[in-house]
Amino acid sequence: MTRTIAEINEKIKKGKAVVVTAEEIIDIVKEKGTKKAVCEIDVVTTGTFGPMCSSGAYLNLGHSKPRVKIGGGKAYLNNVPVYTGIAAVDVYLGATAIPDDDPRNTVFPGEFRYGGGHVIEELAAGKDVKLTATAYGTDCYPRKSIETTINIKEINEAVLFNPRNSYQNYNVAVNLSDRVIYTYMGTLQPKLGNANYCSAGQLSPLLNDPYYKTIGIGTRIFMGGGIGYIVWNGTQHNPSVSRSENGVPRAPAGTIAVIGDLKQMSPNWLRGTTFTGYGVTLTVGIGIPIPILNEEILKYTTVRDKDIFTQIVDYSDAYPQRKPDTLGEVNYAELKSGKINVKGKEVKTAGLSSYAKAREIAETLKGLIKKGDFLLTEPVAALPSVESGITFKPMPSKPVKKK
Amino acid sequence: MSKKRIVLTFPGRLVDQPITYHLIKDHNLIVNILRANVTPKEEGRLVIELGGNKKDMESGMNYLNEIGVHVQPLTQEVVWHKDRCTQCTACVSICPSSAFVVNRNDMSVSFRKEKCIACELCIPICPYRAVEVHF
Ligand code: SF4
Ligand code: SF4
Repeated sequence: MTRTIAEINEKIKKGKAVVVTAEEIIDIVKEKGTKKAVCEIDVVTTGTFGPMCSSGAYLNLGHSKPRVKIGGGKAYLNNVPVYTGIAAVDVYLGATAIPDDDPRNTVFPGEFRYGGGHVIEELAAGKDVKLTATAYGTDCYPRKSIETTINIKEINEAVLFNPRNSYQNYNVAVNLSDRVIYTYMGTLQPKLGNANYCSAGQLSPLLNDPYYKTIGIGTRIFMGGGIGYIVWNGTQHNPSVSRSENGVPRAPAGTIAVIGDLKQMSPNWLRGTTFTGYGVTLTVGIGIPIPILNEEILKYTTVRDKDIFTQIVDYSDAYPQRKPDTLGEVNYAELKSGKINVKGKEVKTAGLSSYAKAREIAETLKGLIKKGDFLLTEPVAALPSVESGITFKPMPSKPVKKK
Repeated sequence: MSKKRIVLTFPGRLVDQPITYHLIKDHNLIVNILRANVTPKEEGRLVIELGGNKKDMESGMNYLNEIGVHVQPLTQEVVWHKDRCTQCTACVSICPSSAFVVNRNDMSVSFRKEKCIACELCIPICPYRAVEVHF
């Protein structure tokens, strides 16, 4: 039994597609077997809702009268600096940017109450945002400064463009040292006081299509409450890590770069996020549909939390010093139970990625497809998979040559 | 039996006194220590929950006043903004009193206000600033 994306879309248009979530498919296949299930199920939906630092939005602010060339100058949105090294009124607002006068970690641990991620959330919420900019002035763009209020509804474009989202699996972070540490994996208590993980496990998009056989460049996705697309592999895409027999990576592996219209998105699925002592970021809700083209694809979607393993890493030493050591492996069923065993000690676990929200996303996407409001796309090119040989390169330490 | 949550502030000279022992032994009260700390000025602060009958509570409070302990009701209140909460569960492992709990079936998070001892540990932990203290 095989089917094509075009055939699935025909069924979606007629309102006849059978769509289930990556959680529901587990029991369906257990009950009916793959042979029967593959005939019945057209699409499996996935979801994830976690902090994704490599996120940001580019905006076209429109031209003031007289004109101002913000490009090459300095600009701020609600006092958060934006990147201006592009055209006159295009700027890129990065999720991790923080106001120049934020005390950062000078009083440790810094609070990091507000930054780029929060501005993105407020833009999506339709709130007014203060723009301040200074420019050097040219004949065609004479103005040297501007202070005004912008609103997403009034600017030309607001596009969320995230170079790396949806990590396929992630480390579990612990702290072996005897002091509290503040990381992008949250606050970690000394001497294995807690363990933080960050993946939607069995609902996570790339864990349900471990070799990227259906998810590729051009795939239409649910993004932040609107529609988005995969445009490339994400940065640090690392398909060559060790994998289980089911194909699922046992460490952080594939990633995707995604784009979508911020004007369609909502703070319900896009949240400014703070990590005490570390910084700010954006939490992004992403849902990806998996077309059930054949039995093999179906089998991948039946992956369960207990079949997904990941590495426990010490963030007080091994991670910052880039040592390859891990403290062992756990699966997501163990992580979600609330406690795991690390070096013979029972350690309480907590998530950073919301499983409850991931399920809501998978359900929402299922609803959209069932109603005929979301058609699937054929990828235009595949994401590099295992055979690409791509690996994750470190930064070399080389002396700088004097010119 | 009545219960009440109070904040005790006592001067340095009382820091090494077995105050809770007397409350239990002489005044027949149930003492549950919620938070304790001694500031650099050597002033002690203790947040406790007292339980007992009305008469014992009164005599216990009199005892505290007599020895010079400043007693205030615990008015700090931790507020959970459900709409800001993303159910990430980050607060659950830090909360010492299980005020934050996860339903392991659907991984939803809920807050049981009556369990909260206002220790404020969860406040810097929540990435979405969904918990706040109100004074
Ligand atoms: S303040 Fe927060 S961590 Fe402390 S008891 Fe209350 S809910 Fe738990
Ligand atoms: S850490 Fe904050 S957002 Fe996460 S579950 Fe707790 S209250 Fe909700």
